[in-house]
Parts: sequence; C-alpha cells; structure tokens
Amino acid sequence: MGIEFIYPEFEVIRNNDRCISCQICVQQCANEVHSYDKEHKSMKCDEAKCVNCQRCVSFCPTRALKIVKSDCTLRENANWSDNTVKEIYKQANSGGVLLSSMGNPDPYPVYWDKILINASQVTNPSIDPLREPMETRVFLGRKPQKVRRSENGKLDCSLPPQLELSMPVMFSAMSYGSVSYNAHKSLALAASELGIFYNTGEGGLHEDFYCYGENTIVQVASGRFGVHADFLEAGAAIEIKMGQGAKPGIGGHLPGTKIIGDVSRTRMIPEGSDAISPAPHHDIYSIEDLRQLVFSLKEATEYKKPIIVKVAAVHNIAAIASGIARSGADIIAIDGFRGGTGAAPTRIRDNVGIPVELALACVDQRLRDENIRSNVSLIVGGSIRSAADVVKAVALGADACYVATAALLALGCHLCRTCQSGKCNWGIATQRPELVKRLEPEAGSQRLIHLMTAWKHEIKELMGGMGINSIEALRGNRLMLRGIGLTEKELAILGILHAGE
Amino acid sequence: MKMEGQVRIPSGCAISAVISKDGNKMSGEMITNSMKPMHDRSNGLGGGFAGYGIYPAYKEFYAFHMFFDTRDTRKKCEAFLKERFEIVQSEIIPTRKIPAITDEPIIWRYFVAPLKSIVVSLQLDEKEFVARTVMKINEDMSGAYVFSSGKNMGTFKAVGFPEDVGVFYKLDEYEGYSWTAHGRYPTNTPGWWGGAHPFTLLDYSIVHNGEISSYDANRRFIEMFGYKCTLQTDTEVITYIMDYLLRVQGLTLSEAASVVAAPFWSTIDAKTDLEDQKKHSYLRTLFSSLLVTGPFSIVLGFTGGLMALNDRLKLRSMVVGEKDDLVFIASEEAAIRTMEANAENIWSPAGGEPVIIKVKEGMF
Amino acid sequence: MKIIDAANLDYKAVNEALRRTDGDCMIKGCCGQRFIAAGMSGKNLTIQGLPGNAMGAYLNNAHITVHSNAQDAVGDTMNEGKILIHGNIGDAAGYAMRGGKIYVKGNAGYRAGIHMKAYKEKVPVIIIGGCAGSFLGEYQAGGIIIVLGLHAGQKRIVGNFPCTGMHGGKMFLRGDCDDICFPEQVTARRAAPEDLDEILGYLSEYCADFTCSMDKLLSAPFTVITPDSNNPYKQMYVAN
Repeated sequence: MGIEFIYPEFEVIRNNDRCISCQICVQQCANEVHSYDKEHKSMKCDEAKCVNCQRCVSFCPTRALKIVKSDCTLRENANWSDNTVKEIYKQANSGGVLLSSMGNPDPYPVYWDKILINASQVTNPSIDPLREPMETRVFLGRKPQKVRRSENGKLDCSLPPQLELSMPVMFSAMSYGSVSYNAHKSLALAASELGIFYNTGEGGLHEDFYCYGENTIVQVASGRFGVHADFLEAGAAIEIKMGQGAKPGIGGHLPGTKIIGDVSRTRMIPEGSDAISPAPHHDIYSIEDLRQLVFSLKEATEYKKPIIVKVAAVHNIAAIASGIARSGADIIAIDGFRGGTGAAPTRIRDNVGIPVELALACVDQRLRDENIRSNVSLIVGGSIRSAADVVKAVALGADACYVATAALLALGCHLCRTCQSGKCNWGIATQRPELVKRLEPEAGSQRLIHLMTAWKHEIKELMGGMGINSIEALRGNRLMLRGIGLTEKELAILGILHAGE
Repeated sequence: MKMEGQVRIPSGCAISAVISKDGNKMSGEMITNSMKPMHDRSNGLGGGFAGYGIYPAYKEFYAFHMFFDTRDTRKKCEAFLKERFEIVQSEIIPTRKIPAITDEPIIWRYFVAPLKSIVVSLQLDEKEFVARTVMKINEDMSGAYVFSSGKNMGTFKAVGFPEDVGVFYKLDEYEGYSWTAHGRYPTNTPGWWGGAHPFTLLDYSIVHNGEISSYDANRRFIEMFGYKCTLQTDTEVITYIMDYLLRVQGLTLSEAASVVAAPFWSTIDAKTDLEDQKKHSYLRTLFSSLLVTGPFSIVLGFTGGLMALNDRLKLRSMVVGEKDDLVFIASEEAAIRTMEANAENIWSPAGGEPVIIKVKEGMF
Repeated sequence: MKIIDAANLDYKAVNEALRRTDGDCMIKGCCGQRFIAAGMSGKNLTIQGLPGNAMGAYLNNAHITVHSNAQDAVGDTMNEGKILIHGNIGDAAGYAMRGGKIYVKGNAGYRAGIHMKAYKEKVPVIIIGGCAGSFLGEYQAGGIIIVLGLHAGQKRIVGNFPCTGMHGGKMFLRGDCDDICFPEQVTARRAAPEDLDEILGYLSEYCADFTCSMDKLLSAPFTVITPDSNNPYKQMYVAN
C-alpha cells in the first residue's frame, strides 16, 4: 500500500445467492485468490492475485463467479493510457524489465481479416467435399529442379527427405519446461493420430516420447539443451531455431525454478540452474555459418532428415529467406510478430518484427523471382487462428502452417497471459505436479484431434467452394484472394487484388 | 526483381589475401587456389580479386576496369571519358571461356590520366577528381560501371565461384606483390557482376565478410561528404569510410581502425596508458557515426600494403600466417595452407586489432 | 589401421569413408574439410593436416587426435569423447559441449567453452595450454575450463570479458589474474589445494598427452572462478 500500490486489474464478482461455499474455487486457484473464512463462514477473495484465467469460473458448479475488468481507472488520457502509466509504476517499483506471455495483444492490423476468399459461380463448378475426393496431403522438403533417369531410361524416383502431412497444419515448437509433460504428451498423441507433426521446442525430448518420433520435429536452438546424437536421430526432421516471432533477436531464459525433475533430465542440465538460450547461435554470425550448422546436422544424421530453419519475421525477411534457401536447408519456417511465447520482454514482444502475412507474401515472391522456391518448403506461424487463416496462408504461398496458441486454447488455455508465473491453473504452462495432472493427455489429445479435424473439414469446404480439390492447386494461387480496405502498398506487398477488381 | 542498389542485399563471405613484404611479384594463381577449400563459404553468386603492382608499364596512369551492357554504352562512356582524361590505352580485358562463368558483360579497361586543365579549373585535387568521376559514371550512366580505378592495381570480379572467376580472368598471367580475394554468399541473385567484391575506390580495395548492423547510420553520415552509396552494400560503405578517414582526414591506418572498430568504453576506461586512452576517447567521440557494429572481417588493399581488421567482438573468423617474405590472411587457415603448406606463425588477430603489412616497411 | 587420403575428397566423402571404418583410423592430407566425425562414436581417429570447421560436432564418444591446428567450432555440442589438438584452435571451441574433453596444446580463439554445460556424471573439460581469446566461458553453465598460459610471456592469458553470463561450472586460470577484469556475478580467488585436487587428474592426463611437466604446471598459482548464482538474471524482470 502507498505509492507502490497498483489497483488490481480484475474484480472477482461472486453471486452470493448462488454460492454454496463448496470451496472448489479455492482448490482450483493456484494463485490463491479465493479463501474460506472459517470464522465468518464466508468466501473471501484477494483480487490482486487474480490473473483472469477463468479456471474458477469454469469449475464453479453453481455459476456463481465471474471475473470482470476493474473500473477503477486513472483519469482518461489518450496519450498516457492506463496500461502505459501502470507499466511505469511497475518499473519504478521494481527496476525490472517488463515480462509478458503469449502473443502481442496490441491492436496492430491483422491482415488475415482483410483478405477474402473466392468461390466458384457458374463459370466453373464448386465441389462438394463430403461426396467428392478432396486432398489435403502435403510433402515438405526440397524438390529437385531436374528429373533424372538411369541409363536404361527409367526415372530415378529418389527424392531428398520429405515430411508427409495429412493436412497443412502442424503444432509449432513449445519446449518441455515451458509447457508441461502432459501438454507435450497431448500434442504428441494428437500429432500421431492426425498424421501431422509436433515440435519439441528447444528443451530436448523426454524419453517417454521417443516412441512418437515419426511425428516429432526435434529442435536445436542456441542453448542446445538436450541435443545429442540420439535426440537428432529420434525425430522426423530437425529444426534450427534462429528466432521466434514473439521475441525476434533475443534468446530465451527458462528460470531455474522450472528446471526440476524430468525437465532437468530432458534438458540435460542440473536442477535449479537457469536454462539460458543466447540470443544468437554462437556458431552462426553470418549466412555462410548457417550453411555450416545445416550441414553439420546433415552429416550427423547422414542426410536422412530434412532440416528446417525457423526465423522470426523481420524487416529484411525476404533477403534472409533467400539466404536460407541457398544454405542447404530443406524447409523455412517463418514466425510472425503475433506469435506466442512462454515469456518475453514486453517491449520486444510488442514492438519488434512484422506481421507474418506480409512476410510470407514477400518471401514467397522473392524465392520465385530468384527461381529457388522449389529449394525449400515454407511454413508460416505466428497467430494462425482458424481454417480460414490456413487457407489464406496457403493461397499466399505457404506449404503449411504452424499453430501453437490455437492448440493451447484447445488444451484449456484461456489466454490470461501469465505463463511466466509457472502457476498455470490449466496444467499447461507449469511444472507443479498438482497442476500438471489437471491436463489429462488422452482428453487433451482428443480435443486437439477435434480441433484439427474440424479445421480439415473447413479447409476442404473452402477449397471445394473454389473448385479446388487438391491443396497443391491452392498453394500460391493468389487470384483466389482479394483484399478489403487495404492500401495500394499493402495490396502490392501481398500480391493480391482489391475486392471488386 | 530489384537489383543491387535498388535494394540492400546482405551477404556472407570468404576472404583471402597474400602480400610480399619485399615487394616480390607472384602470379594470381596462388590466390585463386586459396579459395578452393573455402568453397562452402560462397554460393556461386560472386567472386573477385584485387592485384597490386600488376600494371608496371602503366603505373603512372589510373587503370579503369569497366563493365558495359552494350557497345553503344561503351562508345558513349568513352566520349565522356575523353572530355576529362587522356586515354593512353583502351582494350578488352582478356578472359577464358569456361562453363562455370556465363552471361559476361563487355569487360574493358582504360589507362587514363586526368586532363590537367580540367582538374585545375575545378580546383580539385587529382584523386578527388578521379573519385568524383568514377562516382558520377556509376550513378548516372546506365549500363556502365567502373569497378576498378586505382594506379598499378586492378580488380577482377564476376558472378560465379571465386576459384572459377580467377581462371576466367587469367589471373595466372598477372604478377602482383599483393593480392586479395573474395567469395560471396549474397542473399539474392541480382545476377549483376558489379555486385561482386572487391569493392574499390582509387587504389583502395576492400574484401569483406559479414553483415554489419550499423549500415544506415554509417551511410547517412558518409554521404554528407560527397560519397554516394549506390550499391547499398556493407563493403561499399566501408570503402568510403576508409577513403574518408585515410585520404580526406589523413588518419593513419591504425587510427582509422580505432574509429571503425573502436574498443568498448570499458576497455578504453581501463587503459593505463593515459595518452592512448585519450586518443581512443577522442577518435570514438569525434567519429561516433563511423563506428561499425555487427560482424565483419575486412582486408583493405592499398598501394604498398594491406590491412586486415575484425569487428570489435570478433564475430568473423580471420587467420594470419607467414612464410619468408610472404604474409597470408584468410577466413580459414585451410586457405593459407593451400597457398603455403609450411606457413608459420599462424595466429588469429583479436577483435578490433588491425594487422598492417607494408611492403618494404612503407618505403615502397 | 585404416587410412583415408583426404587430399582430393570433399567433407562428405571423407565422412562417408570414416563411417565405414571401425576402431582405429587415420585421415591424411586433410585441408579444411568440415564436420569431420560429426555425431560419430566408437572411433579412434588421427588427423594429419588441417581439419575444417565444426570438427567433432555432436561427437558421441570418439577419440580424435589432430597433429596441427584446428579451425572454428571444434567439438560443437559434443556429448562424449576426447579431442586432442597439438596446435591452436579457432573460435567457439566446445560450444554447448555437455561431456568429453578438448585438450589443446596451443592457443584458443574467441568464445572457447561458450555455454558449456554439465549434467550428472557428464563433466566436460577444456584445457588450453596457451592463451584464450575474449569471451572465454561466456554463459558457462557447467564443466571445467582450464587455461594454462604456457609460453604467454608478458601477455594476458585470457582476452577481455571472460565469464560473461557464467552461471555454472568452474574456470581455472594459471596465474594470479591481477590483470583480468571479471564480471560482477562471479567470484575469482586463489585456488586452494583442495580446489586443485579436482583438476589434478585432468592436468596429469594433459601432461601425459603432450609430454609436459606436471611440476612446471603447478609451479604457478591458479585462480579459480565460480559463479555466485546459477540464476544470474532472476532479479531482472517484473511481471507485466
């Protein structure tokens, strides 16, 4: 109290007519917002601790609870918003760098929402996906520029290593440590069932999950946690993480409090020790060094696995992608600035990078201009929210999409954006056993399967409407898109016409 | 697609250099071969060389190496040159047809001397006049590009792997006392020969590896002094910075190195030699916009010498070796071993520590 | 012993030949070929000539002896095994190595032992006979880095900014290190005999490998550097 006091962001509204004092809210809240006052036989709450994760709301048997935004505000000021002022108070109180979680919440343009999809009318038929074949299978990897034949004229049908996906969506990297064992298991189970891939993130691969290797992408980041020969062999592909959309240009930092038990074992670092991922890979300071890391991984795995290079969408992304496409990498993953994170400095998350829609459009075009588009497949991520976003991304030129926030939402995440606390009431971004067990992997994977199956149907519906019955006929088919309310410049970068043109 | 100059194209690279401290001549074959073990550092989109002491018969004349897109452009450019220079020799630069190098432009060289009357009337120093003319051609004359303009030196560059570029230009038939080489890994294919390195102005040539992060701060500062960064490359801006610091400001090589790769303030603060501390503080404050950050290793070629320099964090590798009168510099030791299997005193200079080699200790 | 003549082979061919051998093997005429023995195990390899970058990357229990210098990124993310170098090594040696040993007779470039780790029985060790460049042991999270500074003369045995971000493991520098500036989050002190006990085994192994005298090594004092915390950035953030 006093000068350091900041009024709580949320208010807990309890309908006392409905509340039966069952104390389920007390049990469910790891933030210890709710308590039962034995003396007065009444429920109490400390709103200052509430993060608005909606756990208590969801589990209250009598629907007695709701969380609302507090209306205690500072005097209105269009320049000094409530948030801006409170951030200053927090820093003046602590001297700390502001730390946030999940994706950039600021009102930047979402280009997906300004792009509309075409449909067939009269001149060519739309297709009914429920009764006609509709293909969503995708192969990610380098496609050779030239057909080769043996001496007797027989086609040489060998291809560089490819990833086969049943639909153009995969679960993007979330490390074990930043998310829980059960979250990883849910993702692994769902990916196997769906015929797609999940990604280990940079925290190594838990020994229990080696059996899902065929549907696993293993990640090598600058900290090289848990990276060893067996790990590299375990996955279907290896991803080099150069950057992340939520925090381009900086590294990662998993606090020692989360490095316990199996997380420590999987990362192969001692318990309680901070897991620090440096900002760059210290063996990559230039594009030719990336080639060196790509080929060192290929040598170590005998050229059997495609290598993905993941980069954040930044200003110079087209040139960067061009360099990667010539580095020997098989796949480029581009992560847009709205992508999620377990923790990132607020200023970085909210001010660095560019939208993935623009990055994808300019990269795809640049690679075509240089005739190296077939050298690589393109994956985009960083807030792909729906099947419509997927269809728009593919039409702009992506081979596949990475989703993570959407997957976490399916697992119960309510986007309270406090992953960094480690007290995730939904059992996702936590290592506390009593919380982790709230996420039951079988049930979690089922919800992920539901989500992806639904998206797959929707993708097919949208494709069918355009008269397209195979996903490859949609890829780069920008005539199927029109912009709405976009400037000439934005349309030019996206390479699409305006609605009505 | 946008060409170099219309868009900034960062690139990675391999560099190599050799110099005879006694001024003994060597053919360009050795430097060409030195690029072979570093093949993977380039991607076939640019290779080039600079040789010093290669034109003894014309050593009093500026040697202009030029690319032209058409015969017409060449004729037009010649007419322009004749208004300003005496052209004592004009010839095609001899090349070998090899499958690895294709789509060559018209490659020409002129040995020229500025017309005294013009230089006097413009009240310009002769070098300044030549530099401005080169920049004018490169900026204004579409289809013509001067890629070398020093005396008794020349650069040779092309789109291709450097080891092929050396064969293409018949470097084995030239003799120089120092050579630098560059293999490029650009993040684009402008398919334009002028984009290859070395980049030169007068007798300064730069080969460079790395992508600097200070580029536009440096460019916007240096352009105040009449330089035009038409290519938007790191190498170009570093060349102009060096020309400005060495020729215009008259700094020594090591002083110039202290500007572009200035020590950290903590290192300056910790210096016990107060005179040295004052000097570094002064240079860093005075030329603060010429501090180059981000990874780079460069070799600066000039008449009678070479200077090698790494960025202050040493984010690029660079190795130096010696054998008798020869000094070798390269991104990888393997390049040095290819030039001289028995090279001695192999060492890696620290970040920001210039290595300066002058032929006959500068009495050349 | 199987002999591979690398004179006219690229790295892919050298490694393919190497994969086909078991046990003892020698590579002759090496000149800059990269990735030698990347990810390999169960080999005893001798290299004549100069191996290229990323030699022994992800090395998984193989033994490599190099009779000359080695270039950058030796033992990158090495897991187990031993690399013995009779010359100097380039930059970023032992980056993120988790286990095994890299013993160097000569000098090391910048960023040796960067982000070196340790885990349970795995304790990686780097010994540099000569001097090390700047940023030695940056982000060191575990393991042991020893710099002996033999033949250093008046030169400082490590460059600038050693131990930046160090949060685990130990560093031993032979000398009193009065002239070296360490960051705030580490403690540097004269090594007591019990500190040295921890590294005597490695030092005597090093002496045997490079035929030098243990008495000479121990004739100078050692400075031991340890991090104050394995959570160096805990206080840096405030939840937003």
